[in-house]
Amino acid sequence: MTNPRRGVLARRRKGSPATRRRAATFGFAAALVAAALSMTGKPAPEPPGKPIVVASKNFNEGYILAELLAQLLETGGFAVERRFGLGGTLVCYEALVAGDVDVYPEYTGTLARAILGRSDSPSVETLNAAVAPAGLALLPAFGYNNTYVLATTRPVAREHGLATVSDLVPMKGLRVNVSHEFLDREDGWPGLARAYGFDWSPVGVEHGLAYQALADGAIDVTDAYSTDGELLRYDLVMLEDDKGFFPEYLAAPFVRADLPEAAKARLTRLAGTLTEADMQALNAAVLFDDADFASAAARHLGTLGIESEGERSNLWQTLGRNTLRHLELTAMALIPAVAVGVGASILVFRVGWLSRAVIYAAGLLQTIPSIALLAFMIPLFGIGATPAIVALFLYSLLPIARNTVTALVTVDPVLLRVAKAMGLTRWQELRHVLLPLAAPSVLAGARTAAVISIGTATLAAFIGAGGLGDPIVTGLALNNHALILQGAVPAALLAVAVEFVFEGVERALTPRHLRAAGT
Amino acid sequence: MSGHAAQFHNAGKHFDDLWVLRGVTLALPAGRTTAIVGESGCGKTTLLQLVNGVLRPDEGTIEVLGGPVPTTDVETFRRRIGYAVQGAGLFPHLTVHGNVTLLARLEKWPPERIQARFDELLDEMGLAADLADQYPIQLSGGQQQRAGLCRALMLKPDMLLLDEPFSALDPISRAELCEQFIVAQRQEAVSALLVTHDMREAAQLADYLVILGEGGVLQAGETADVLANPRAGYVTKLLNTHLDGTL
Repeated sequence: MTNPRRGVLARRRKGSPATRRRAATFGFAAALVAAALSMTGKPAPEPPGKPIVVASKNFNEGYILAELLAQLLETGGFAVERRFGLGGTLVCYEALVAGDVDVYPEYTGTLARAILGRSDSPSVETLNAAVAPAGLALLPAFGYNNTYVLATTRPVAREHGLATVSDLVPMKGLRVNVSHEFLDREDGWPGLARAYGFDWSPVGVEHGLAYQALADGAIDVTDAYSTDGELLRYDLVMLEDDKGFFPEYLAAPFVRADLPEAAKARLTRLAGTLTEADMQALNAAVLFDDADFASAAARHLGTLGIESEGERSNLWQTLGRNTLRHLELTAMALIPAVAVGVGASILVFRVGWLSRAVIYAAGLLQTIPSIALLAFMIPLFGIGATPAIVALFLYSLLPIARNTVTALVTVDPVLLRVAKAMGLTRWQELRHVLLPLAAPSVLAGARTAAVISIGTATLAAFIGAGGLGDPIVTGLALNNHALILQGAVPAALLAVAVEFVFEGVERALTPRHLRAAGT
Repeated sequence: MSGHAAQFHNAGKHFDDLWVLRGVTLALPAGRTTAIVGESGCGKTTLLQLVNGVLRPDEGTIEVLGGPVPTTDVETFRRRIGYAVQGAGLFPHLTVHGNVTLLARLEKWPPERIQARFDELLDEMGLAADLADQYPIQLSGGQQQRAGLCRALMLKPDMLLLDEPFSALDPISRAELCEQFIVAQRQEAVSALLVTHDMREAAQLADYLVILGEGGVLQAGETADVLANPRAGYVTKLLNTHLDGTL
């Protein structure tokens, strides 16, 4: 452990340094709006015996820290429910405020900037004072600081005598390429340039490519995070922040203040014990050594004398559970969507402007990006299945309503004249003429909605709804293609299967006159 | 049935600024077939729709089946009036049986009664019994039209409204169907109101003729009288064009 910069990490091709900041930007803007829209959190006094909900954001380190916390609680005799891979800082924060989540790992710098809107590096005590009114508390930090660093290769450092950021200031001729985010952020280049007096600007580069580019000698300096495994893998030199510009990002358990004291005490068991090197090793184990979060966390707890199972879940069981959950989300959204979509269509189709208004409104819902719509749901419904189902329901309305209205208004007017002249009541006309004639279109709309829902439901993992999005989100965080495919392939198969089922239902329900027409 | 199937007293109907019909005074005989003849756009279909209350007159009054057209529970009233339309207007998702018996089923007739009436009508209109389970799209134009007439007659209506039901058919089917209709109309003893632009068809089927034109009634009377004494120049022209060489 004394020299984690050797050997451990140099294993495989680059893993995405999925960082907290990157994760936080995912669906972030939307969550901001959502937070602004409504801050109505559900009051959630813990009913006795209810498991403690441990959440994480969707990046590598977040999962590992959350798994450490979960296993600490479990080994301490607490029941735990995992809600990992939530889509960003505000999703986690909102869920914590609402009581859907009891604890998740957060960084002091992120809390200060993203949630409290401060630009300094306040202490844990200051932050605690700020979040206390919301019923939250930041427990003592794990110990390490995961912040920005500027990194270069050993040969470049030697050649130009680079050891500190100040050394870089006169080196205008070096190829300094930093991530686009770093280029923009106030705690990135703009602030750094002011603090150190840089009179030149670096060029932006896709962060995922930067390490390889450094190793290939294509660039000389880039930005990194101090717990990135790649720093070791490529044997890079970190330039010392000699003016102490970069803010502190101390990781700490962020909890609901009403958590039982015993649980809070258990969560501080690791306080001050995790070094930057520990975290690098843990990150590397998961990114490069094929360890899963649970076993990596268990191993680390083992070194501290805490025996944890770190249960490795069965692939097929997980697959089955995720698929079932996915189907459940889709079905619970689709069935009411058919009822509401068809019902609303029936109510409005006879009034031209009203039916157009309904279609436009449903269309408007469709234009909201899925991840944003999911984020909108959090202040209203918390996290988990409910907000996901509501969002999927809203998405399903358009294809169903549009198809139904179109089918209803395009029924041959002669048939309606006949129906009226025969003495059918409005209801009988609907029941015996309009709806049977519209049925194939309604089904086609439901089919479209079902397939869209299955696709969109993968995003529901970002708000803790589970389903096949879970392995996708985790896989994205780890740049683990196998894990991504564990979600993506079943989701695709599910979509195809649903197509088949609907085709069968359509064939069974298609009025025989249409089939006769084909012969 | 004696008296009048329908009476118009100075009735008029306009759409926006345009009076389609005005000053229509008519008494249509009960139990017989009346033909409303005129060119496209002369208000024939409007007149028909005033009878079953699908349209309401903007002036004057109309009595149908011995009373004013009701404003409430108009469905019950309409079920006393069969309706057949050009192209038959059969519901494509229902079989012949489904189309013809729809109203009887809604009226909760016992199944035996429905079946007996259905068989009777198929026979009357010359439809083969094995067509009962066919969908409209599987039928010829003539068969569709026959099924449409069966549907209009199912509830044994007091009156039959026919909106050019024969005009889309080829001449042979049309001639056959017209003959069949005459028989059926007598058998059912129903007052029939036939709208057509075809004077020959009107002359063949109707006991009573109403010639529409210029937004009103040009001439009305027993078919034979009208044919023998065409009053207005237009009527003469109409008769000559359509009946040339046959009368």
